Amino acid sequence: MTYVIAEPCVDVKDRSCIEQCPVDCIYEGGRALYINPDECIECGACEPACPMEAIYYDADLPEEYAGATASNREFFTITLAGRSAALGNPGGAKRVGVVDADTAVVTAAPVRAE
Amino acid sequence: MISHVSSNQLAAPLRVGIVGAGPAGLFAADAFLTQSEVPVEVDLIERLPAPFGLVRYGVAPDHPTIKSVVSTFEAILLSSGARLVGGVDVGSSIGAGELRECYDVVVYATGAATDRRLGIDGEDLPGSVSATEVVSWYNGHPDALAQVLTAGSVAVIGAGNVALDIARLLVSPYDRLAQTDIPTATLPAFARSAVRDVQLIARRGPAEAKFSTKELRELALVDGVSVTAPAADVAGVDAIGLDRRAAANLRVFESWTEPVAGRGRTVSFRFFERPVAIHGENRVTGLEVQRTRPGGQSERLVRPVEMVVRAIGYRGVPIAGVPFESSGGVVPNAAGRVVGLDGRLVAGVYVTGWLKRGPSGVIGTNKQCAHETVASILTDCHTGAVVRAPDRPRLTDVLQRRRLAASDARGWRAIDEEERRRGAAEGRGRSKISDWATLRELAHRTELQPT
Repeated sequence: MTYVIAEPCVDVKDRSCIEQCPVDCIYEGGRALYINPDECIECGACEPACPMEAIYYDADLPEEYAGATASNREFFTITLAGRSAALGNPGGAKRVGVVDADTAVVTAAPVRAE
Repeated sequence: MISHVSSNQLAAPLRVGIVGAGPAGLFAADAFLTQSEVPVEVDLIERLPAPFGLVRYGVAPDHPTIKSVVSTFEAILLSSGARLVGGVDVGSSIGAGELRECYDVVVYATGAATDRRLGIDGEDLPGSVSATEVVSWYNGHPDALAQVLTAGSVAVIGAGNVALDIARLLVSPYDRLAQTDIPTATLPAFARSAVRDVQLIARRGPAEAKFSTKELRELALVDGVSVTAPAADVAGVDAIGLDRRAAANLRVFESWTEPVAGRGRTVSFRFFERPVAIHGENRVTGLEVQRTRPGGQSERLVRPVEMVVRAIGYRGVPIAGVPFESSGGVVPNAAGRVVGLDGRLVAGVYVTGWLKRGPSGVIGTNKQCAHETVASILTDCHTGAVVRAPDRPRLTDVLQRRRLAASDARGWRAIDEEERRRGAAEGRGRSKISDWATLRELAHRTELQPT
């Protein structure tokens, strides 16, 4: 169990959650942000910070965002497009910076109109 | 006289004393150490030999995932430019005024160490305790008094996560608790516990409760525990317009409205019940409440319980020589700059965390709070409101003249290692050390050895 970032984040990336996270476990992809499930300490600070209400405790995810849990995990476990290895658990998003890639779920999400 | 020098001329680092090495203080230290505008030297002055404040002494022992934030805190503590000054009480070891002399900037981050009271008859009867007393006891705080769990029925007053923690710990099977870091000497009290049922008493309804959904749900996941919520109160909530958390909580309560036949321990939610008195001659025998449904009749009834725990919020504790607003239990401030009773800023004195904004939010909330305070300090360095003096006395020298020895991060390391060693001997990750003598002995042991 962990907090996860669901589809309302796609193409928004407000980043307010990043400032709240005490362990810096929210990573920035090309179109969305992702929570590293192994680094998340489940404190819940990020959830109310998101203006898009994109963050859920995974047990509370609405059915329409059911793919978010796997998607957040895959961002770290799968070798993303254009990269030579999986991100793994880097121990902090700051040292990684922006990763210009996304998971299949986020890539397939419709482009959000302005 | 202190001469005014502009920031770009300065070679000497800004000397910062942060009082309190809990989440608020550590995030403030981190905010100082990760900026590059002003070179800093940060002392974290902590009353106890062990750092981490409420992460160590407040977060429930069965929540190891949240406690794992400690590894982030340890990294902050060990970063160059930071130093732990442990076992030093601002107030008795050194006054606030004297402390101010030692640093260019003092940041108070002592949190909210005491509890709010109910202000009702019988509150001081044996068997009536505060959440702080119970939580600090099972978390091994060296100042905590031993508690006894001889009550069969317990009322926990409050509708927040602290009330949930206490209810969950009180109904947990012994085997579950024996895996946590609860001090070895404290575990037998849980093994002998007489607790059969816990009633969670809330003044308002299911939609107003401040429980986080994840922790609410967790209650029913404890082995052998049945949870019930009054069907009429839950059904009476208008679900339209509820915020996301309240709506999610309501769904959890709805799943608990069926009475459960079980032989195990029970947790029962009681809504719209305002405590009016605690009954008993020599010990607690009951909690009298005024029950008022919205739009309904009001009635008084007595819940027969032998223990009452009030978990209605924390309160900051005033520090002699530092302005305090007793109504809110906070230090009056403007973006972290301490404001005196005359409405003027107190030069060089700042506040962060619960002592600044009141006891709300989660661990991570303190990070942003600390960033605001540190941003104010950096601004004040540039405007000249903060004056760097090169000839300040060193806190450790001042303490030494009083024959007070502070401990450091190595002292904490020694405590940490001994707790892990004791835990491993019992087949668990850690057994906390909860007595002052052993904590002090371990914290100072490293001084005897060359490093």
